[in-house]
This record gives sequence, structure tokens and C-alpha cells, in this order.
Amino acid sequence: MTRDISLTVNGTEHELSVEPRALLISVLRDELDYTGPNVGCESSMCGACTVHLDGEAVKSCTVLAVQADGCDVTTVEGLATDGEFHPIQQGFQEEHGLQCGYCTPGMMMTATELLDRNPDPSEEEIREALEGNLCRCTGYQNIVRAVENAAEKMQQEPAVADGGGD
Amino acid sequence: MFPDEFEYERPETVDEAVDLLVDHPEAEILAGGHSLLPTMKSGLASPDLLVDIGHIDAMQGIDHADGTVSVGALTNYATVDDSPVMRENVTVFAETAHAVGDVQVRNRGTVGGNLAHADPASDLPAAALAADATMVLQGPDGERRVDADDFFLGMYATDVAEDELLTRIEFPARPEATGAYAKKPSPSSGYAMVGVAVSMTVDAGRVEDVGVAANGIMDHGVRLDPVEDALAGTNPDGETVATAATNAANDLDEMMMMDDLQASAEFRAQLLETYAERAITDAATGTGVVAAGPS
Repeated sequence: MTRDISLTVNGTEHELSVEPRALLISVLRDELDYTGPNVGCESSMCGACTVHLDGEAVKSCTVLAVQADGCDVTTVEGLATDGEFHPIQQGFQEEHGLQCGYCTPGMMMTATELLDRNPDPSEEEIREALEGNLCRCTGYQNIVRAVENAAEKMQQEPAVADGGGD
Repeated sequence: MFPDEFEYERPETVDEAVDLLVDHPEAEILAGGHSLLPTMKSGLASPDLLVDIGHIDAMQGIDHADGTVSVGALTNYATVDDSPVMRENVTVFAETAHAVGDVQVRNRGTVGGNLAHADPASDLPAAALAADATMVLQGPDGERRVDADDFFLGMYATDVAEDELLTRIEFPARPEATGAYAKKPSPSSGYAMVGVAVSMTVDAGRVEDVGVAANGIMDHGVRLDPVEDALAGTNPDGETVATAATNAANDLDEMMMMDDLQASAEFRAQLLETYAERAITDAATGTGVVAAGPS
């Protein structure tokens, strides 16, 4: 038995029919081809699958697609606008905030939610916010710098901060 | 990792949900899903029917009226953590909600789901006990109210019947009380090996009212009466707090303490005293949450 749902992903509305047991991450990746969010641990520990659900960072491996019916979803693909990287993407690029890149889409989605709530976070606040995103390459230092870099950019150019998701 | 197949119902009201539970007592209730879905994905649970209560608006949000703070069971941890009403009036519960999981988990997981799931290593049961919470349950015969002290019965076991729903949690508003939660998280899962929640009102240098309770030590959250008794009426200075904390395990049956690969019962009992002292000290100085080690 399937169920009809509606998901608005990065501003585009999708109507589809899913099994109730389908996870949001698999519907995003396998049905709708948003392959930015990654499948990591599949047990809500690693954060590689983090997306925004109605503006809040969630682990999409631990949300059923039917639970997200009617919601706005933003994936990492929704961050850039008009071919211009979002400040968080620029920050990761400039500070070398990634090596293999697998955790990066999730890191960015958690970081952008933090910056929405707290435009000028301390290092401690950044580290606490990223607690649910694991990186096995970098030792986190450059990721923290990338978020600080993005925060500075977004404070200088507040208009850019409205970028993602629409 | 996919859950096994299941039937799915999404009631819009509490009455519709209760009707479904009456007809299908074996159904599992889906709220935020952050306890249930991992269990289903790992194959530990395969319910035939999920009743998704996530769209019942009446079970959302925080109200403050007539000296009572009422928290809808579907309110997520982040909302409780960020709520000025909770921070002011039920400090211990807000502090403890902040200690759960990580940002993404706190955005999805619900306080009602946490309490009704009654994981012995979960954080909120101790806070509900310390804050003298009342659980409001709705069943086919209407509403009934259960004190937190009578709610937690054992590992994953509560007083909620199969055809009942935990709809909200009520707390006495205590703007004068401070609150704190100190936990020793499991290095792998972040769940509490031991966690102690404290709500305390000090007036003119004397402890007027105090609630102290613990997670992780027994198969369900427990109130630490001997610590409360030792603190009542005292001036909570360092020595008094340290002495009171040594009573933490006095009423607990050592044979029934949690004992597993992560921590022996003996170690947990030792942690309990240490974390009781930290939580009480924190509440006495009004500084809030403490977590040691990786969390």
C-alpha cells in the first residue's frame, strides 16, 4: 500500500506516491534525484543525511517520507542561488573545510541552521551545533573555521543570507 | 536499513487517535520517531500498524496559566530548550532537554515520546520527577492524570495503557526555583550512563523545596528521596551538598542496578554520587547543565 504525499524540495513541488516505510533520505535520493544529502550511518548518529525540514535541520534517515508530507525540504543543492555559492559553501572552499567531502552536505545544512538562529556564534557554539555531524577526515578545525568564515560573510552581506531554499 | 512493511494511519485529533488504539491495541504510536524508527530500522520492532500522531495540533506547544505550565506531548526538545516560559518556570526540564542528543535530534524528538518510551538511559524522566510533573493521559473513557512518581514502572514500561495516549505534561510553575542536569553520557550513544536532575528553591539561605532524581542507574527514572531529605532546610554549601550526595544510592537495590558492558552497577553507583553532587551544586549556584566527557 502506498500513500500520496507532497514535498516541496528547494522550492520545487513534487507529488509522489511512497510506501509508508520509505525514509525521507531514500525518497530524496532515489525517487527525486537529490543526491546531495548522503547516506552514512543510517542510525541517526553521523548527520551526513541532514536536510532542513520546514527550516529545521533534521537527520533524514530517521524521518519517514510520509511524516514530511506537506513540508518544505531544503537540501544542499538548494543553498546556491543563481550559480553563486552560499556563504557557507564559500567558507568551506576557502578554509578547506573538507577532505573526502562525504560529511560536507550535512555539515553545511546544520551550519546554515545555526547561522539562521545565531548569526555570530562563538567557536564553542559552532562546535556544539555540529555535535551531531561526524567527520572522519579533518579533525573539525577547518570546518569550524569555515563556519566562522561564513558567519563573517553573512554579516557583511546580509542579503546573501536569504539565499537557500527559494 | 528499511523498516519492515507496516500499515499507516494519520489521525488529526486525539479522539481519532484513541479510536485507532482501541481498535488496534498492538499498534505503535509514532510521534517524532527518534526512538521508534531506529528500533524498526534495526529490526528490533516490526509493528503491523503505525499511528502517526505528528499532525495533531492540540498536542503541540507550551501554555502557562494559573501557576501551571502545560507542555503538549508533541513539543520537541528544541522548543522546550528555547522556551522562555520553560527556562523561567521549569528550569530543570529545559536544561535537561538541552542535554538530549544533538541539534537535529532535538529538532525532531518529542518530550512526550521520550517520556512514554521510558528508556532507562533517557534524560527526561529524571527531570519530570525532579519538577513534580503530572502526565495527562487520554483513553476511551476520557482523561486521567498520573504523577511522574507513579508513571515510570520499568524498562520501557509506563502506566500508559495500550488504548491511551500521553497528551500533555503539566508542571507547577516555579519561577523561584533553579534547575540543573548533570550526566555522564555513553561515549558511543550519548545516552546517560547516569544522569541527575535537580530542581531547587532556596530562600534566605535555606533549601525550601528540592527535587532530585536520576536516570541510568535503575531500570527506570527514580527519585532520590534520601538526598532530598538530607538537603531540605539546609544551607546548600559545598560540604552540605557533598554529604547529601553520598546518600544518593541509599534507597536503591544494588542487585537491581543497571549493569552492562558500558558500566558495572558498582561504577554507576559511584557515578551517581558524583553527578548528584555536581547537579545539586549547579542548581545551588544557578548555572545549569553539566556534561562530562564527549557528549
